[in-house]
Amino acid sequence: MSTRADHQNSAQGPGGARPDTTGPGAARPGLLVALPPHERADESVARIMWAVVLALIPTTLAGLYFYGIRAALVTLVAVAAAVAAEHFIVRYMLKRETSTVTDGSAVVTGMLLAFNVPASLPLWQIILGALVAIGVGKMAFGGIGNNPFNPALVGRAFMLISFPADMTTWPVPGAARMSLDLSAVTGATPLGIVKDVGSVGLSALDLPSYLDLFLGRIGGCVGEASALAVILGGLFLVWRGYVPLPVPLAFLGSIALVTGIAWVVDPGVYIDPLYHILAGGAMLGAWFMVTDMTTTPMSLKGRVVFAASAGVITALIRLFGGFPEGVSYSILIMNALVPVIDRHMKPRKFGYGKQAGAAASAGGAR
Amino acid sequence: MSEIVLYSVLTLGVVAALFSTILYVVSRLFAVEEDPRLTEVVEMLPGINCGACGFPGCAGLGEALVKGADDGDISHLNCPPGGADTMTRIGAYFGLETGSAKETVAVLRCGGSCEHAPAKNSYDGPASCVIAHSTFAGENGCPFGCLQYGDCEVACPFDAISMDPVTGLPVVDQELCTSCGACVRACPRKLFEIRPVGRRSRRVWINCRNTESAVAARKNCAVACIACGKCKTVCDGIVQAITIENNLAFIDSDKCIACGKCVPVCPTKAIAATFEPPQPKPKKTEAESADA
Amino acid sequence: MSKYKTFTLGGVHPPANKLTGHLPIRDLEPRGTIAIPLSQHIGKPAELVVERGSEVRVGTLLARASGFISAPVHSSVSGKVKKIDSVVDAQGHRREAVVITVDGDEWEESIDTSPDLLEEIPLDRRMIASRIADSGIVGAGGAAFPTAVKFSIPEGRSVDTLIINGVECEPYLTADHRVMLEQADELIVGTRILMHEAGTARAIIGIESNKADAIELLQERIRIKAREGKIPEGFITVLALKERYPQGGEKQLIEAALGREVPSGRLPLDINCVVSNVSTAVAVYQAVQKNRPFIDRVVTVTGHKLVAAGGGGNFRVRIGTPVSALVDAAGGLPEDTAKIIMGGPMTGRAIPSLDVPITKGSGGLILMDASEASRLAVKNCIRCARCVGVCPMGLEPYLLEKLVQHERYEDAEKEGILDCIECGSCNYACPSNRPLLDWIRLGKGKVVELRRSRMRGNQ
Repeated sequence: MSTRADHQNSAQGPGGARPDTTGPGAARPGLLVALPPHERADESVARIMWAVVLALIPTTLAGLYFYGIRAALVTLVAVAAAVAAEHFIVRYMLKRETSTVTDGSAVVTGMLLAFNVPASLPLWQIILGALVAIGVGKMAFGGIGNNPFNPALVGRAFMLISFPADMTTWPVPGAARMSLDLSAVTGATPLGIVKDVGSVGLSALDLPSYLDLFLGRIGGCVGEASALAVILGGLFLVWRGYVPLPVPLAFLGSIALVTGIAWVVDPGVYIDPLYHILAGGAMLGAWFMVTDMTTTPMSLKGRVVFAASAGVITALIRLFGGFPEGVSYSILIMNALVPVIDRHMKPRKFGYGKQAGAAASAGGAR
Repeated sequence: MSEIVLYSVLTLGVVAALFSTILYVVSRLFAVEEDPRLTEVVEMLPGINCGACGFPGCAGLGEALVKGADDGDISHLNCPPGGADTMTRIGAYFGLETGSAKETVAVLRCGGSCEHAPAKNSYDGPASCVIAHSTFAGENGCPFGCLQYGDCEVACPFDAISMDPVTGLPVVDQELCTSCGACVRACPRKLFEIRPVGRRSRRVWINCRNTESAVAARKNCAVACIACGKCKTVCDGIVQAITIENNLAFIDSDKCIACGKCVPVCPTKAIAATFEPPQPKPKKTEAESADA
Repeated sequence: MSKYKTFTLGGVHPPANKLTGHLPIRDLEPRGTIAIPLSQHIGKPAELVVERGSEVRVGTLLARASGFISAPVHSSVSGKVKKIDSVVDAQGHRREAVVITVDGDEWEESIDTSPDLLEEIPLDRRMIASRIADSGIVGAGGAAFPTAVKFSIPEGRSVDTLIINGVECEPYLTADHRVMLEQADELIVGTRILMHEAGTARAIIGIESNKADAIELLQERIRIKAREGKIPEGFITVLALKERYPQGGEKQLIEAALGREVPSGRLPLDINCVVSNVSTAVAVYQAVQKNRPFIDRVVTVTGHKLVAAGGGGNFRVRIGTPVSALVDAAGGLPEDTAKIIMGGPMTGRAIPSLDVPITKGSGGLILMDASEASRLAVKNCIRCARCVGVCPMGLEPYLLEKLVQHERYEDAEKEGILDCIECGSCNYACPSNRPLLDWIRLGKGKVVELRRSRMRGNQ
């Protein structure tokens, strides 16, 4: 039995005999009658998603510059696989008439997925990852808007478990720009180096400088190379109003806070907070993952709490966990808690404030 | 090596024994006493929780039946979807008399099809009768008529209602309809009525609910009841089943004998019948097909 | 930070599209037949006092108020009552109306039709109250609540501030703007009358900053009156507000002007305010000083195609004039008109036919073609939270929509669905074109029903 909500939300139009009259173009008699408002903002899901794609361009270019054409290839393949997977599922498995790939969300997922893997990853693995990201992470829940977990991170988590070796072999930046085979020039990520501290102590490690971290001359995933490129894209989204600035700041701030405490306690073992927020996936996560609309809470308050909590979990994983990096797992963990946050973090309602309450009691009952 | 095996088996065995003991004790301590009759009666009911009986779901009716059986009277209880069969079986189970409910079926009281009441406006909004109803009078301008978005079709738990793509109106399948009343509640214009199926499925009803003046009603719909009173005149000479109130005729199903004589006299063909009505005059009178 | 005040929560900024702001008000001569509905206000319909064939003049009482919340209806033309019939209203439902064949333009003798400005206001509050009540004034902002009822301040209540609403935050509409420019003096006297009636010595005229000419003009006039000693200094002030929708909403305007929040489920009176529209204040002036009932109003007729073809404008229209006559006077219906909106584009109704009469509450007619008017295909909610961000009442429209669709009305009530002011900001902002407000409006009705049945249950 279909529910009332299914009926009215169906993209196929009404269950009734009247033809689907949504959208311009259909020949319709007489004047249109609709409930107000009759105006709509010049905004659409596609516009939002393509803006995110645009915001990811600097990071793509940075990846291309530091890891060579192989990085571009990985990105292209991931995007193509994600788009193809969504199109196939919508048209041939769900048998809908119009595909949803034009809204650009599959492109975003593909790009984010590619940015979360090393540029040296075998292509068949990234294709598999994209299929899991779209198929399991997104379409299985009903497509765009219904996925509780960030699809790109679902894909990454799947790949990290399935191909641990390939997923943690990092190409050295700038080593083989024109080569399609990066297996010969692999190194370690900054966070990976820090993780080895136990045996030798921080001061003995050969760490990249802050400037290298900021600009991107480090080993790591495609999108982890340059903090600068990510911040540029992120600020573009803030300017367009798609990302509230407090959210990425809360994420980075809480990472800095927790790692900072550890650093103060024992600077010989733990590295300083600035290093933590510049290295690894923290920047990409802050501007493009914890700010994902679908998988984060609805109120601004809730989004900030979400981001700050994810930051704390990231820092804890980095400091005490088995992995050198914890951004993806922390965000996935917090994704699962979104309904709880939504339930308890409501926006402030008009007319319920202290002052309003005082006025009400002064006004007496009517 | 064998020690490991031994310890594992022992540990798991002890844990299993412990938990099973706890489960057993708890299930005994907190067992809920339930009337065994309740389970059996609920088994006999259709189990669709439609609420047509007036109780919240089949379990609700089951409880009422058991309570009624204790008091020695269940004649006031009825399960419309289950029909006479179900109630007879339940009656036999308790050894008590059950209510002799008439078999009923849902009928639509609107003939405003795409042909008879063409659209003058276009509605732009969610495909939902309730929303369309809150928006305006309707695409065809009749504020009483069917809006044709199929809320009833969605609401019907038995798939007994389907929207006819030609007329635009819902069609009730008498075989599948259990007169649970879901459509009556779903329709924002109260166009469905639960009426007796009638002898040999013969029934007659006024296929309109418009209480506007004749002129206003006819402006929007060719088959609107205009309360001219011709049907009443015919019926008054037979069983007096027809009353006219608020510019609208109504046929009392208790009095109606389904003779069908009122059908051909209606100048706007606003009376529907489930059978071919008699045609007293040689004049051309097309019979309205009720289920069309 | 803007130098202008505004409200705190939510809000959107639709393109203003004030295409007719520079066009002076033109009088539309009544002709043909007009139909004056008996219920043009919130509350009970008025009770008919004329019959078929009655001769009426402009200002003749057609129907008197029945009950406390109601308003009388007057003839807006002179002529003969053709019939008492039902006419379609803005939603296509038939409502009882007096249909009058227009013949000449004779006014009731009791009405002062001279253009002189009468500034001496009578001091008898009871007399003012009865003049307002007898003239059938209702809120001209759109809700059409009888003004006399609003200003009958109950025992034990006091008003410290009267707010005159000249915000006109709805896109397209310019009627109030023109009224402020062309009837500034009447507006000031009307405001004084309302202040006297409400028993307050402070009035604030709130105007959005896009109407700088009106702000300047009113400030100038108030300064002159103060210099002439006609009103005390600081008695009436003009407050420029930031352009933002729905600033013209009563609750938002009060917060913007005074920083006070009307508590949930309460009235402005509970925080010692009364809000009245500028056109209402002018109507009050005319009723009290000139004994002229509410028989006409300024209506903006606009639309991109219409204005581009040299049509459109602001018209002083007699109540009951059919939309068709007004559209003809404004340049005729553009060929591909797909939707006609009565009122503003954010809260107005799309009317089903051109026969609908102009009523006391209709402030605009907007003609849209198919590309402007059609809604776009509904897509999945992507949880972007725009609806939450723009809701001026701090509600969660996405959640309310879901709850209503699943008929969970009690939960919707707990989420504050009744606080919704139906401003439409959520629908406006939704990138997935979801009809959020359609569902919320439905849910509000259901929750009100639920509350009523609960109250019956408690009795």
